[in-house]
Amino acid sequence: MSPETSRREAGFPLSAYLICLQGIVGRELLRFLHQRERFVAALVRPLVWLFIFAAGFRQVLGVSIIPPYTVYVLYEVYITPGLLAMIQLFNGMQSSMSMVYDRETGSMRTLLVSPLPRWFLLSSKLWAGTLVSVVQAYAFLAIAWFWGIEPPLWGYLAVLPALFLSGLMLGALGMLLSSLVRQLENFAGVMNFLIFPMFFASSALYPLWRVRESSPLLYRICELNPFTYAVELIRFALYLRVEPVALAVVFGCTVLFMVGAVLAYDPARGFLARQQHDAGGHP
Amino acid sequence: MAIEEVAYAYGRRQALDRVSFTIPPGRFAVLLGLNGAGKSTLFQLITRLFATRQGTIRIFGHDVLREAGAALRRLGVVFQARTLDLDLTVRQNLAYHAALHGIGRSAAKMRAAEVLARVDLAGRVSERARNLSGGQMRRLEIARALLHQPRLILLDEPTVGLDIAARADILAHVRDLVANDGVAVLWATHLVDEIAQDDQVLVLHQGRLLADGRLDALLASTGAGDAETAFRRLIERPGAVP
Repeated sequence: MSPETSRREAGFPLSAYLICLQGIVGRELLRFLHQRERFVAALVRPLVWLFIFAAGFRQVLGVSIIPPYTVYVLYEVYITPGLLAMIQLFNGMQSSMSMVYDRETGSMRTLLVSPLPRWFLLSSKLWAGTLVSVVQAYAFLAIAWFWGIEPPLWGYLAVLPALFLSGLMLGALGMLLSSLVRQLENFAGVMNFLIFPMFFASSALYPLWRVRESSPLLYRICELNPFTYAVELIRFALYLRVEPVALAVVFGCTVLFMVGAVLAYDPARGFLARQQHDAGGHP
Repeated sequence: MAIEEVAYAYGRRQALDRVSFTIPPGRFAVLLGLNGAGKSTLFQLITRLFATRQGTIRIFGHDVLREAGAALRRLGVVFQARTLDLDLTVRQNLAYHAALHGIGRSAAKMRAAEVLARVDLAGRVSERARNLSGGQMRRLEIARALLHQPRLILLDEPTVGLDIAARADILAHVRDLVANDGVAVLWATHLVDEIAQDDQVLVLHQGRLLADGRLDALLASTGAGDAETAFRRLIERPGAVP
């Protein structure tokens, strides 16, 4: 067989890639529909913050007029973009946890032994997880509307690409983490050491100028936290504005985390290969 | 499939030591070895879950590392651990697998009907995978492995945990594929009673291939009267490759 023939045989038409993407997205949505409790849990968490935390802190935490807001806003309005990003953060981590579980139970192998390129399979899985998180975010926005959170009507549309981009970034981060974690039990530690610090050390709950007043060090940490930029990207998009720094950081981090995840899942080069080499673990 | 001088180590532990063998099309090959012999490691290397660091693995002429797509599309795999999505139905599990191979919806539907009929699961298409028995789940995994019409099927201890009837049933289904479709099969097991007279027997022990040949040749070379005795004699003198 000539090398040219080999190359032709190895290649897949574009339609095969689309079918594969459709299949992976379809499976993720089916799993999501079958796990209704996951949907409810994903909504309850931010709603508790909105209904209880925000109501309690409304009088304590004053929010001055800062972009993108042009008038004084209630505290619950301020934290809504942070809660949208929170949904995506938890969804990204949950997806990665399910990847660790799938790796342990073996169903991840059916994905990894498929003939299409691994980077494409992982990217498709990432898109599928992000789509689920966007559905959850819109469900939250719909409920929040009844609570008086009413961004401009076009904001609901403008926030869509921001939600996709931030969802991709957080999903890619989760995917990268899933490659570092050898066993599911270890993932709880990662969740505690990553999710909560990421969420609290950001602009999700309080504006950064307030953080700077109380702790310059925490302010620096918040500035270095990519989650801060995801929150700001969503916040500005929801009010029909683009925050270029947030857009650049979120885009850059998405690419960085995704490249890291693809390399980590490469059997020859990645962390998984090292783990197997060290301990004979399963991919 | 041609495996040449493949070696693999987990840290200092050598899992495979310069293993070489070939499986021609239409052959039922049994990879026989105790637990920890290196069978699963070899499967991980063939399916590119692990990267081959030493030696080469070719599937119908395609190097698994360098031409992974071309090699993997000819390969059907049934792993030792269950890999079905238990929340999805039989049909949805197959549709997902078809999509992973870039097979369109209508073609996937037709092929699913064919393979399910072959493994006697045609009446269970709408059933959730978790409602199937152990034997039925295995048959579904075999159907899934056949869906993209591979020319080589790898099965890693597929009868583990099944009762006698289900074991015989699975084995018969796979032998039927070899006889009627000319598919090559690599069947990893530690159960000697799964070997038939015409099978190519590969004995793997502590990462080394101790024997490669038909059962009668194995019996003749060890002077044993049955497969179990031949296997025991081989592994008691590791290093003696007939």
